[in-house]
Formats: sequence, structure tokens, C-alpha cells
Amino acid sequence: MSEYAWLIPLIPFLAFVAIIFAGRRLPGHGAYVAIAGMSASLLISLVIAAGAITHGGHFEPVVRTAAWIPYGYSTLNVGFTVDALAIVMLIVVTVVALMVQVYSIGYMHGDARYPRFFAFLSMFSAAMLGLVLANNLLVIYICWELVGLCSYLLIGFWFERPTAMRAAKKAFLVTRVGDVGLFLGMLTIYMGIGSLDLQTVLSHESVSTMAKTIVSVGPWALPLAALASLGIFWGAVGKSAQFPLHVWLPDAMEGPTPVSALIHAATMVAAGVYLVARTYPLFAYSDHSISLNVVAYTGAITALMAATIGFTQYDIKRVLAYSTISQLGFMMMGLGVGGYVAGMFHLMTHAFFKANLFLGSGSVIHGTGTQDIREMGGLKKHMPRTFWTFIIATAALAGIFPLAGFWSKDEILLTAFHADKTIFYAGVIGAFMTAFYMSRLCILTFLGEPRDEHIHAHESPRVMTVPLIVLAFLAVVAGWVGLPGKNLFAEFLHTDLLHLEHHAFSLGIAAVGTAVALFGVLLAYIVYMTPASRTVAALGQISVFRFIHSLVYNKYWLDEIYGVIIIRPLFAVTRWMFAIDRWIIDGTVNAVGWLTVAISRVQGWVDKWIVDGLVNLIGIVTRGAGLILRRTQTGVAQQYAMVMLLGLLALVYFYLIRAG
Amino acid sequence: MNHSFVPKAADMLVVGPETIVAAAAMLILLAELMPARISKAAAPWIAALGLLASFIPMTTTGISVRTGFSGMVVTDGFAVLMKAVLAVTGLLTIGFSTHYIKREDLDRAEYYALVLFAISGMMLMASSANLIMVFLSLEILSISLYVLSGFARTQPRSQEASLKYFLLGSFASAFLLYGIALVYGGAGTISLAGIANAIASEGAARNPVLLAGAGLIAVGLGFKVAAVPFQMWTPDVYEGAPSSVTAFMSVGAKAAGFAALARVFLTAFGDIKVDWMPALWAVAALTMIVGNVVAVAQTDIKRMLAYSSIAHAGYILVGLAAANQAGVSALVFYLAAYLFMNLGAWAVVILAGRRGEAGTEIDSYNGLFWRNPGAAAAMGVFMFALAGLPPTGGFMAKFYVFSAALQANMVGLVVIGALTSLVSVYYYARVTVVMFMRDPEPDAAPISTRGLLGVTLAVTAAATIYLGVLPGQLFQLAGLAQIARP
Repeated sequence: MSEYAWLIPLIPFLAFVAIIFAGRRLPGHGAYVAIAGMSASLLISLVIAAGAITHGGHFEPVVRTAAWIPYGYSTLNVGFTVDALAIVMLIVVTVVALMVQVYSIGYMHGDARYPRFFAFLSMFSAAMLGLVLANNLLVIYICWELVGLCSYLLIGFWFERPTAMRAAKKAFLVTRVGDVGLFLGMLTIYMGIGSLDLQTVLSHESVSTMAKTIVSVGPWALPLAALASLGIFWGAVGKSAQFPLHVWLPDAMEGPTPVSALIHAATMVAAGVYLVARTYPLFAYSDHSISLNVVAYTGAITALMAATIGFTQYDIKRVLAYSTISQLGFMMMGLGVGGYVAGMFHLMTHAFFKANLFLGSGSVIHGTGTQDIREMGGLKKHMPRTFWTFIIATAALAGIFPLAGFWSKDEILLTAFHADKTIFYAGVIGAFMTAFYMSRLCILTFLGEPRDEHIHAHESPRVMTVPLIVLAFLAVVAGWVGLPGKNLFAEFLHTDLLHLEHHAFSLGIAAVGTAVALFGVLLAYIVYMTPASRTVAALGQISVFRFIHSLVYNKYWLDEIYGVIIIRPLFAVTRWMFAIDRWIIDGTVNAVGWLTVAISRVQGWVDKWIVDGLVNLIGIVTRGAGLILRRTQTGVAQQYAMVMLLGLLALVYFYLIRAG
Repeated sequence: MNHSFVPKAADMLVVGPETIVAAAAMLILLAELMPARISKAAAPWIAALGLLASFIPMTTTGISVRTGFSGMVVTDGFAVLMKAVLAVTGLLTIGFSTHYIKREDLDRAEYYALVLFAISGMMLMASSANLIMVFLSLEILSISLYVLSGFARTQPRSQEASLKYFLLGSFASAFLLYGIALVYGGAGTISLAGIANAIASEGAARNPVLLAGAGLIAVGLGFKVAAVPFQMWTPDVYEGAPSSVTAFMSVGAKAAGFAALARVFLTAFGDIKVDWMPALWAVAALTMIVGNVVAVAQTDIKRMLAYSSIAHAGYILVGLAAANQAGVSALVFYLAAYLFMNLGAWAVVILAGRRGEAGTEIDSYNGLFWRNPGAAAAMGVFMFALAGLPPTGGFMAKFYVFSAALQANMVGLVVIGALTSLVSVYYYARVTVVMFMRDPEPDAAPISTRGLLGVTLAVTAAATIYLGVLPGQLFQLAGLAQIARP
């Protein structure tokens, strides 16, 4: 079946084409076509996965390539690779995409551009699935850009809202900043080994060649492998919303909520993490390589920073957005400390419960008409199905035993503990913060009493709650493939390209993880549900805390800082260069004009006074001379002779003087 | 060598394409003797047939290297491919001109004759094997373009553009001529082969007169391709000239300028490339930076595209600065891809504009999608292609150029190129945003696409996507673009 893996991205793409051209004439205004296409892709993925699992540990990746572009003396290839990593991603993407599409039937009901929404969702999934299967960096880059383009179209789907338009543009541009890194990384690899085929690029020889080639970049000397992998990572920083390029993701919540679930929680942002995992041999060219450290520490900074911002936001989707950023940081941390399996494991479990949370928040927004959690409260009564699925997903995200998040988070902490203690402690603190802000969100939204009597909440239709239940189920069980002792997930992902260390399950680390999570939940309960909340509110009035709160609430003013140090100077330079351009060209032309006028003035003056004057002078002199000379022409021959004599005398006198 | 003043068939074959194009131009002038109704209707067809016929000598010579007229002209893979690029540029120019010149009341047969004369000059430039031929062909194309810029002679803006272009163009020609004189002083010859021999054998390489001459030639040709800091005329001329003329010269004059630059610098000055590579490096970097950064501030689409064309000259210069075969091939590929995406964008500008060159503010593209979905979609393709996003020809072109530069170890230039192309996304994306995501003005009527203009749009959009998805054939063709070493 793996032979036919190319059908997986092709079918949703065809659905996209059909919906774009036929639109409302299709069954379900296009929705059924999109869902049928995605179901087919899911089915194929499941059959491939089943085939791979029955092969157990001896599953050989299926690689198919065809020449695409003859290029120089080599050729660029197009093709796909079906290996364990791809299969995991295929399942994650198709499952989440299918759930989101079903849910969208309800959520987008009555939207003016309903068919187009399903067309874009299909196109997005097609690009993402293409990215997962591609085995050539150039093809990956093309799919990567297509994913970005689709996210642009989907975030800006409600383009009547100026905020949505701005958010779409911001997302597109900020992720493009990352893409430059990926592009340069790709060219670096091409320069180093003359191929972009992943099979060649990631082979032992290529990686060791690139690890041995040292290039100097400014004051540093780095192996080519580090340069290439850091370029790739910069691309991942953009797409996976890592610090400092995370700023686009919270704004991207302006898109319709199913979009948030699909692309900003479960799949698109996972593309960056996936890419790091896909090219992992380049990162791990040596133990504790500089690239891995950069990945780990960027992940840790992102995880903690985003979690603190999550404490202070009041928009239900924004809290989830920061939670996503933070969890992506966790995945990067895992990958950075050598936890190839841990990072991918967390990617998978997170996709399920985060999609669930986003779709749940969409259900809440659908039922209440607001996104502000200060206006909610007490929704448990009115929206039971949404409430219970939301709680399960929250517990899974907080890492409560035995839900999915517990196992994957434990795996990351375990790996970090053996590799780098700093990262381990960051992970523990992050785990506590995650539990706290998620509990806060649940409490403010669902528990207590309704705070706004104008809101009459109602449960969402079944087409929206069924996907929630399916995803909640997955949020419970998805972690059980990676149980200690018999870690099926790790065995499945095993690859000859990597030397992966395996650490035995440690009860102590699991206990620490669980304890901090429970402490987070408890603290949130105390702060928001007991009389202690008043004390906390009073503490909040102290100026130091007020300052910290506004610092965090305003997202560390990063957007403003970028505005001041990048965007405004760029525009200033733009205007300044433009002014020079105008000034010089117009200056030249005006100078030519002015010079012409000035010269003609001078010429006029010269004409009038000098040329005319000379002409007149000549006239006057001539006439005067004529008058005088006329007198001499008397007609008297004696006088003529007299003149000649005077002339002779003058000549003689002259020569006498000269001689004398 | 047998010096005969009767041109032989073999000589004529070398300059076959330009001869046919020039003959077609003269035929148009003769046709003007017929009643205006007939001559106006016939002119575009004669022009198109002439351009199509120019492919016959191109396919006859193929990529074989032949010289003619005692070594004054040469044809090789590079020359033939550049001539093909120019012929296609001409055909597309006719495609979007018919509608435009009727609307603007410029419908006179000389228009097509001038376009063809300019193209014959451009083609000759790609074949010049002697500096005096470079100068001569440059003047043929320049004078045609000066007249074309002022073709809307009742419009002050068009007059101003023409005058500016003429003044500054003459200035640049003077530089070129002075450069040629200095090179003659340094090498004792102005044939490209002769200069190369002089540099190789007599150690003229270190001769400062020769180097100064080379520098002045670069300035003169740099003006034509709008490289920074010789780009000042571009925005004013592009904005003031009739849109169809601007579109034509933004591709044609650039292609011709690059053809001459590549041939002169890689053959005559090929042995002293260490001396000029750093200079081209800097010019390429500056051109990319200034073009892209200034484009951000523009609110008029014609000016925006003018700066964008400066920026693209910068990317093409990257291929030239690499000074290797991959760079030359990348240059040809880039021009071919640029030809479709840029002319396509200009075709949309012509379509969306109104009589009297109105409606060129970017704001007037608000909601273009609702007024003409096809044109807006095509414009989206062109904008993404110009920004260098896959899967379009623009991306493949950048990829090709940058990898050629990496082969020449110009990492810094590639980084600058990648970063500036990031900046370009901002101003190209803005056009797509207003087209799709804003409502049209209440009084804006739907725009219909008719006739040749619609065909031109469809062809350019299809070609732009085709070159992004299946660039193989053109990659292979561009690989054949070898400049004959004399």
C-alpha cells in the first residue's frame, strides 16, 4: 500500500480543485467532498500504518523518486518516503483534519463563503501531507510555502475584519522571516554535498562530511552541518512559533476557530518540529552539538515565556494560543536534549488534545457569542459535552496520569534529566505553569456562577460535539502507545540513521512531574475558587506586581519592540531612500532646466549689452570714423600727398626708435 | 580573411532574426501608405508575423557558433536564447498593446514599427562581437525607446519621461563611448576577441586605462539595465511613459543590456574577472537593497513595479557577478521567467487602468477580485512569482541564480538576496491583499477581459506556473546558453 502513498496528498488537492470550481453545486456545498477526500486519505494512511506495524521493527522505509528537473550535472528529484516518522505525521494530520472538517459543517454553517472555506482546508491539508511525505528538500520547501500561503488565506478568511487582515499579513511575513533561514540552510546543504535528496543528505557519509567541513562565519568557525541545521531550525522557529518569531501565532487567532484548531494547534505549527525531527541526523552530527543546544534552549525560553503570558490573558483562544507556543517549546526542548522519540511523541499527543481544546473553545464561542472568559462562568450546566471533553483535554495537557500528556511529558523530562539539568528544571517549572493556567481557564469558563446575565449559553449541535468526543478519547489513549517497559512508539520510530539512547522509566521523575501538575491545579483552585482570591486581588494592587502583570499581559512588549527596532527604521530608510531617489533625479532634471534658464538669461544679457553693444559700437565707431574720414577725403591731391608724407615720417621715426 | 562588401548568406544568417524584425518594421511603415483603416489593422499582424519568422534563423543556427561580417557579429547558444526571449517579449507586447493604444488614442502604425526597431537593436546587442556594434545596437534600441516613451505626446507626463530618458540616456551613451575609447587606448582594438587576446598576451591586464574603460562600459550598460546607482531615471520614466511601453522596456531593454554586459565582460574581460567581480558584487547588492526597500514606500503601482524591476535587475546581476557558466544559464532562465511574470503584471495594470493613465494607485485595485476574478487571480500569481514564492517560475529563477552564486562562493550576496526577497513579499502581498480582501469602490464597474489582452494574461499566468512546476525544459535550454570564447 505504501506504493500508493502519493494519493494521500493528491486526493485532498483534487477535492480543493473540485470545490473551487464547482462550489455550491457539490453535495453539502462542497463540505462532503472535502470530508470524503480526507476520509480516503485517512483510510490509506491507516492501511499503510497497519502494514508497517505488522512488520514490527523490521519495517523498511519505502522510497520512491523520479527525476524532476535536470539541473546542472545532477538532477533534482521529486518523490516520497514512507517511514515511521512520516506515518506518525500522516495519521496525526489526517485524523485532526477530518475532525476539524466535520466540526466545521456546524461551526461555519451559514457563512457566505462556506464552500471556499472547505476548499482552503483541503488545500491546506494537501500541502501539509505533501510536506510530510516529500523526500527532497526543495519539494519540502515548496510545500512549506504552500502551507504558509494557505494559512494566510485561512487566517484572513473573514477579511472584512481589519484585525483578521492584519493578522494574516503578520503571520505570512513573520513566518517568511523564518523561511529565509530554511532557504539558506537548503542552499548550504546543496553547496556542501550537491544534493537535496534527503536519503543522500541524511546518510552517514554526508553528515560526517558536513560535520568535518569547517566554515568560518564572521568570528566563529562552525561545521557545515551546524550551519545547515541552524538554517533549518530558523525556518522551524518561524513556523513553529518559537521565540523570537512567536508573535504571529496569538494574532492568528483572528481566523475562524476550526482553522485555529487545524493549523495553529495541531498541524501547521507542528511542521517546524517535524522538520527538525526529519533532518535530525544533521542536528545530531555530534553529541551535544551546538545545533542541539540552540534547539533545546530556544525551546526552553519559549516554553516558559509563553506560559507566563498564558497566566494573564482573558481571551479564551489567546490562552490556548500561548499554551500552544509553550508546548511547541516543550517539543523543541525534547528534541534538543536528544529526545527524538520524546519530541515526536509529544507532538502526536499534543495534536489530539490541543485540537480538542480549540474545537471546545469554538463550541463555547458558538454557544455564548463571546471570547472573553471574564464574561463566562458556569457554563458547565449548559454545555455538558463541551465541558467534559474540555476537562479531559485540559487534564491531558496538564500531564495528569494516565492521560496522553502525562506519558509524553514524562518522556521529555526523563530525557532532559539525563542530558541537561537546566533544561530539566525549566521543564518542571513549565509543567507547573501549564497546569496552573489551564486550570484557571477551565475554572473561569465553566465553573462558578455565570458572570454576564445577557449570555444565554446553549450546547452546540451534535456535528460539533462528536468530533470533540472522538478527540477526547484520543487524548486519553494516545499516550498508551508509549508505555514504559514496552514502548511501542519508540520501537516504531527506531531508525538506523540515529543512535538513540534509551533511559529506563524513573518513578521519581514521574512523581515530580505529577506533583507539580497537581500543585498547579490546586493553586489555581485556591486562587480562583476560594476566598483567597480576594487576597490575591489585593496583592495585585502592589505596584511591583502591577508592573510585572502589565509586562506579562503586554507579552513583554515584544510586538512594540519589533515595531521600534525593525519596522519603523525600515520604513524610515524606505522613505529616506525614496527621497534621495526623487531628489536626485528631479534635482538633475531641474538643475538642467535651471541651468538652461540661467544660461539663456546670461545669454540674453550678453546679447543685449555685449553683442548688441558691440554691434552698435561697431556702428557708432564706423559712422564716427566715416564722419571723420569723410572730412579727409577732400579731393585735394596735395593733402593726400601730405598724409603719405606723414606716414612715411612716422615709419622712419618708428624704425629710428627701434634702431636707436 | 576575404574582405568583401557584398554580404554573404552566411553573414546574413548570423543576424537573421534582427534583419527579419527590422524588415517587418519597414513593411509596417510602407503599409502606412494604404488607407489608415487597413494599415492600422494590419500593423500588429505584420509585427507578430515578423517576430514569429525571426525564429526561423534561430532554429537554423541553433547553438552552433558562427561569426559574420569579419567577426563583427557572432551567434552562439547565448545569443540565440536571448533573441528568443526578446522575440517572445515582443509578441506579448503586441498582445497587450492593441487594446491599450486604442484606449489611449495612440493607435498609429508607427508604434509597432518602433517596437520592432527596438527589438532588432536589442537582438543585435546580443550578437555584438565588437564594442562598436554594442554601441550601435544600443543606440538603435535607445532611440526607438526615447520616441516610444514620448508616444503619448499630448500628455505632459509622457513628454517629460521622454525628455528625461533622452537626457540621461545620452549621458550614459557618452560614458559607454568614452569607455570604448579608453579600452581602445589600452588594448589597441575594440573587437572582443582582440581585447581578450591583448589581455592574455601582452599583459594589458594591469593597464589602468583598460580597467577604467571597462568600468565606464559597465556604467553605460548598467544604466540600461537600471542597476543602482544608475537607476535614478527608472521610476520617473516608467511612471510617465505609456504603460505598454514601460512594460516592454522593463523587460526588453534589461534583457539587451544584460546580454551585452555578459558577453563583453565574460569574453573580452574574462581573464581579469578578479578585478570586476567585486564591483559587480557591490552593484548587485546595492541594486537588490535599494530596489526592494524603496518599493515598500510606493503607493502607485507603476512606480512600485518600476522599483521592483530595479530589484530584479539586482537578482540578475547576482548571476552575472558569479561569472561562471551556471551564472550565465541562471541569467537566461531568470530573464525568461521574469519576462512572463513581469509582462503579465503589466498586462493587469493596463487592464485595470482607465483612459488617460488613470487608476494606477494601488488603492484603485481594491476588490479587483469582484470586478474581474480572472485578472485578480492572475495578478496574484504574478505577485507571488515576483516575490519569489514557490511553485512559480520566480522561485525557480531565484533558486537557480543563488545556487550559481554559491558555486562562486558568494555567500554574502546570497544572504542579501534572500533577505531582500523577504522585504519584497511585503509590497507584493499588499497588492494581493487589496485585490482580494477589500471591497471595491461603490462606483467601480466590473472590468471585462476581451480579445488579445485576455489571451496574453492567460499565457503569461500559465507560463509563470508552468516554469515553477516543470522548469526542466527551460533549465536544459538555459544550460545551452554558452557564450562562445573567441
